[in-house]
Amino acid sequence: MALNVPAVGDVAEPLASERGWLGAVREFCRRRPLGALGGAVILLMLATAIFAPFLTPYDPVATDFGAMLSPPSKAHPLGTDAFGRDVLSRLIFGSRTALMVGFGAAVFGATAGAVLGVGSAYFGGRIDLYLQRLMDVFLCFPLIILALAIVAMLGNTIPNVIVAITLPMIPRCALVIRSSSLSIREMPYVDAARAAGFGHGRIILRHMLPNVMAPYLIMLTAFLGQAILLESSLSFLGLGVQEPTAAWGLMLRGAAVEFAETAPWMAIFPGLAISLGVFAFNLFGDSLRDALDPKLRSL
Amino acid sequence: MRKYLLKRFLLMFPTLLGVAALIFFIMRVVPGDIVELRMMGDRGSVSAESVALERTRFGLDQPLWRQFVTWLWGVVRLDFGTSMWTGAPIFEEIKLRFALSFQVAIMSTVVAVVLAIPLGVLAALKQDTWIDYAVRIFSTAGLATPSFWLGIVFILALLIIFKWLPPMVYTPFWVNPWQNMAQLIWPALTVGYRYSAVATRMTRSAMLEVLREDYIRTARAKGLVEKLILVRHALKNAMLPVLTVVGLEFAFLLGGLVVTEQVFNLNGLGLLFVQAVQHRDYTLVQALVMIVAGFFIIVNFCMDMIYAWIDPRIRYR
Amino acid sequence: MRSLRKYSICLLILAVAALTVAPVPGWAQDKPRSGGELTFVVPSEPPSYDAHEEETFGVIHPIAPHYSTLLKVDPFDRTGTKPVGDLAESWTISKDGLTYTFKLRKGVKFHDGAEMTSRDVKASYDKIIFPPAGVKSLRKLSYASVEAVEAPDPSTVRFRLKWPESSLLLNLASPWNWIYRADILAKDMHWYVKNINGTGPFKFVEHVRGSHWVGKKNPDYWDKGKPYLDGFRAIFISSSAAQVAAVRGERAHIQFRSFSPPERDSLVSALGPKIAVQESPWDCLNFVAMHHEKKPFDDKRVRRALSLALDRYEGSKALSRITLVKDVGGVQVPGTPYATPPQELEKLTGYGRDIAANRAEAKRLLREAGVPDGFAFTFKNRGIPHPYEHLGIWLIDQWRQIGLNVKQEMIEASAYHPMLKRGDFDVAMDFQCGFIVEPDLDLNRFLTTSDANYGKHKDMVIDELYLKQARASDLEERKRLVRAFEKRLLDEEVHVVYTLQWHRIIAHSAKVRGWTITPSHYLNNQLDTVWLSE
Repeated sequence: MALNVPAVGDVAEPLASERGWLGAVREFCRRRPLGALGGAVILLMLATAIFAPFLTPYDPVATDFGAMLSPPSKAHPLGTDAFGRDVLSRLIFGSRTALMVGFGAAVFGATAGAVLGVGSAYFGGRIDLYLQRLMDVFLCFPLIILALAIVAMLGNTIPNVIVAITLPMIPRCALVIRSSSLSIREMPYVDAARAAGFGHGRIILRHMLPNVMAPYLIMLTAFLGQAILLESSLSFLGLGVQEPTAAWGLMLRGAAVEFAETAPWMAIFPGLAISLGVFAFNLFGDSLRDALDPKLRSL
Repeated sequence: MRKYLLKRFLLMFPTLLGVAALIFFIMRVVPGDIVELRMMGDRGSVSAESVALERTRFGLDQPLWRQFVTWLWGVVRLDFGTSMWTGAPIFEEIKLRFALSFQVAIMSTVVAVVLAIPLGVLAALKQDTWIDYAVRIFSTAGLATPSFWLGIVFILALLIIFKWLPPMVYTPFWVNPWQNMAQLIWPALTVGYRYSAVATRMTRSAMLEVLREDYIRTARAKGLVEKLILVRHALKNAMLPVLTVVGLEFAFLLGGLVVTEQVFNLNGLGLLFVQAVQHRDYTLVQALVMIVAGFFIIVNFCMDMIYAWIDPRIRYR
Repeated sequence: MRSLRKYSICLLILAVAALTVAPVPGWAQDKPRSGGELTFVVPSEPPSYDAHEEETFGVIHPIAPHYSTLLKVDPFDRTGTKPVGDLAESWTISKDGLTYTFKLRKGVKFHDGAEMTSRDVKASYDKIIFPPAGVKSLRKLSYASVEAVEAPDPSTVRFRLKWPESSLLLNLASPWNWIYRADILAKDMHWYVKNINGTGPFKFVEHVRGSHWVGKKNPDYWDKGKPYLDGFRAIFISSSAAQVAAVRGERAHIQFRSFSPPERDSLVSALGPKIAVQESPWDCLNFVAMHHEKKPFDDKRVRRALSLALDRYEGSKALSRITLVKDVGGVQVPGTPYATPPQELEKLTGYGRDIAANRAEAKRLLREAGVPDGFAFTFKNRGIPHPYEHLGIWLIDQWRQIGLNVKQEMIEASAYHPMLKRGDFDVAMDFQCGFIVEPDLDLNRFLTTSDANYGKHKDMVIDELYLKQARASDLEERKRLVRAFEKRLLDEEVHVVYTLQWHRIIAHSAKVRGWTITPSHYLNNQLDTVWLSE
């Protein structure tokens, strides 16, 4: 993502609350079909994750050595893995892990980044300088080392994986939000609010944050896709979610690669699932950005 | 402009210091001791006295602040010390791997640029047509596909369809260019695809931005030949953000290829990173992080310089 | 003239017949052929060159060909437990078992030309057994019985013991005890950390870090006619997929550690008759360590239940298809001299064939011990794919069958040992691996006082049994004692729960001959008997 500063005076337009929600959605689908497609896939993923226990024919962690490594068939539509676990069931439950980690990391990362970015822009001066340096340090720090260190220190549980993925996202978001907020800070109504004696917190919450909603939402959707990818990379390296939890990246690890020739279904389907999920988030995020503010194309 | 650049230059150092402190701290906090690891090997138990002996040899019994200062002093003089795991000078350890990672990074960038610029321009010119959609889908797929999965699929395809495997051992380009390319083209394509996705999107949006300008619109009305000339002109103006994005992504490439290197078995910096962390080889990890972060910071600074030169607002401050 | 013509035609026919008969496979091929360079892949690189100070196979595989040891294991014996002489020509043991006298070969030269004498053997063993201050010797403790090493004359070495120890001969055949030059050690004890100078069948050529290691034939090797190979090349490849690819692409002949079952299968299906496969039980086994000071694992019944729940035989059938385990074993590798025969093994807790009865018993024991159905605990496992992850998944599933709700926590491999040492676990995976199959070496860790006793069990009986078997001189008596030890460990007290024996699979190019697999991947790496059939 580029980090160029938008021209002074660029302010995000308020959300389309005047047209009414349903109207806005319909408009969105009509004008941006790709984004609508992305949105539909996301909804499908959400539904799958929420209703997972009702959709899966098998328990995702139940092993069945009698049926190990069997190809797709009527009993197992997507085949079984090296332990005889049903691939389809694991894929469906994997969407839970993906969305949990994805949303968790994206929301925390974007929010923390937004708070830091706005705070940095608002307070300016020394605080801005120090925060910027801190963000720089985390930005250039190799992601893998950070993840390795967190996992080695704290262990391999899902919350820790979320932390490991969130950390690199915070500086990126902070920098973008900061540049958006810089322009807002110069606005006359902010000065007026200060003169009127409003506290810092109130100004930030009521005047600045709402105006960075657009870049915030855009970063959020961008992060969602990235978080899912990062989680799968970490799981692939053995640093993410652990067995026997079902997770897409984890399904690609170890046995999937070893049996890639004789049992390709183990590697193909999780990879497709990840690609599809991230794809959908990206399409949706792009169209959302176009709809909210074309001037933020540089993101 | 000079003041701006000087300020940016000076800001590099606190960042580097911050990185140094962070990695030093992280390595000391993570559980696991290199001495024990080394002496345990594959078997599992080791006596406490031999461990204590070794730790003094590495200077690990010194107070933390002293270890930090000693190391930092070395870094300032560009002396990264010796690897704790092998005892070989860090420079030796890194030399070969750096060459490989750097080459893959350069090749990926070439692939990315060769793909991105034509596709991005095309998509911008034919906005909202099926060509535009096709390019957007192609580039979004590049962002979405996990690169390690793509790598696995690549290797499988090569194996099953062509019954051919890329060479295992790295040969430098000047020794045997054919072998070298045969090994490195595949990871370059895999990484380059993803890289190009980012660049394509940026090219497209930057072109759209520039093409919207008034003078282009009037010129468009004039005719085909003039239109082509103006497209070339637009491209030149659109290149700035594209260059920025390409530069930034390139900065990430050096230490960020861990998974790709695993899939293709490249003996590069990413793999060295992972091994060094697994061994708890403090000096090697610290050196690698400083090099990667330093590279990132320097590339960023270069981007700043280019930006400052081109953007009149900064140039004539 | 005519008879001459007839004669020459007969001769021609005979010659053609001889030529067609000669290349019969298995007949001419059994005679070792000289020449060729063996290329093998090594998964990890040696951190330094001194085997006395290192503990990883990454040191043995590329460097062992440069050195000789006093004794070595018979390279053609599949159990890897028969000591034969390397630098030692013959030996005698005194009647009281306290003095071992070795006669050394004459005319053996170091790679730099110097003659090997008993001084060198003594200096090397002094370094191993009585290291001076500042010198590491990792296996010092296994030679606690040695009083002194003497070199009465240039071709005799004598070991005097404090007490009789039946394992000494095998201990002296350790692959780590390379013989160094006394003169060099006298000048610099650390010289061998960064340099190579031995009496082995191959001379050192080069080591390029991150890439490869090359050795070439030692023309002055004492065993005339050997080595058969002109040289060897070790390539360092850490990814196992790439190792398999190297063998598959016929760019490497062999990998000396092990391949997994799917890797073997892919090589066999790709290369067919060009691949030979050797398999053996491995001197390594994963067991479940339970912390004896944490409830409810301080209760013997609970520990027994955990062992009874495992269907080892079914597990063996399934897991041996996907990972590096196979046999159901006890404290010694199946097939080796002190291993318990399978029928007797079945009498131990959890080793019986009737899994339904076992599991019912397990549930009953849990109820009796007051452990509720659905009891949850965390099983800590080491973050290594083969076979830890697979065994972890299997164990959790097996324990589910007796109503236990187990969560797995994978700990990164380098942080694992500190966790065990801290005792920061209820139930964790541990491993028992050795470089040579010897009860003294394999059972040491189960002593109450052992540093590796992470489960913190306190058992005087086991300590006594260990001591007795170490001093036993009669083979049958020793077997009996080892079996008693096993029973105490796995059946009476269930201090640990054994899972399955690791399984070593070497799928190599069929051109590689003269190499026999053993249960240890540290043995048989000198490469003097190896030859290439083309």
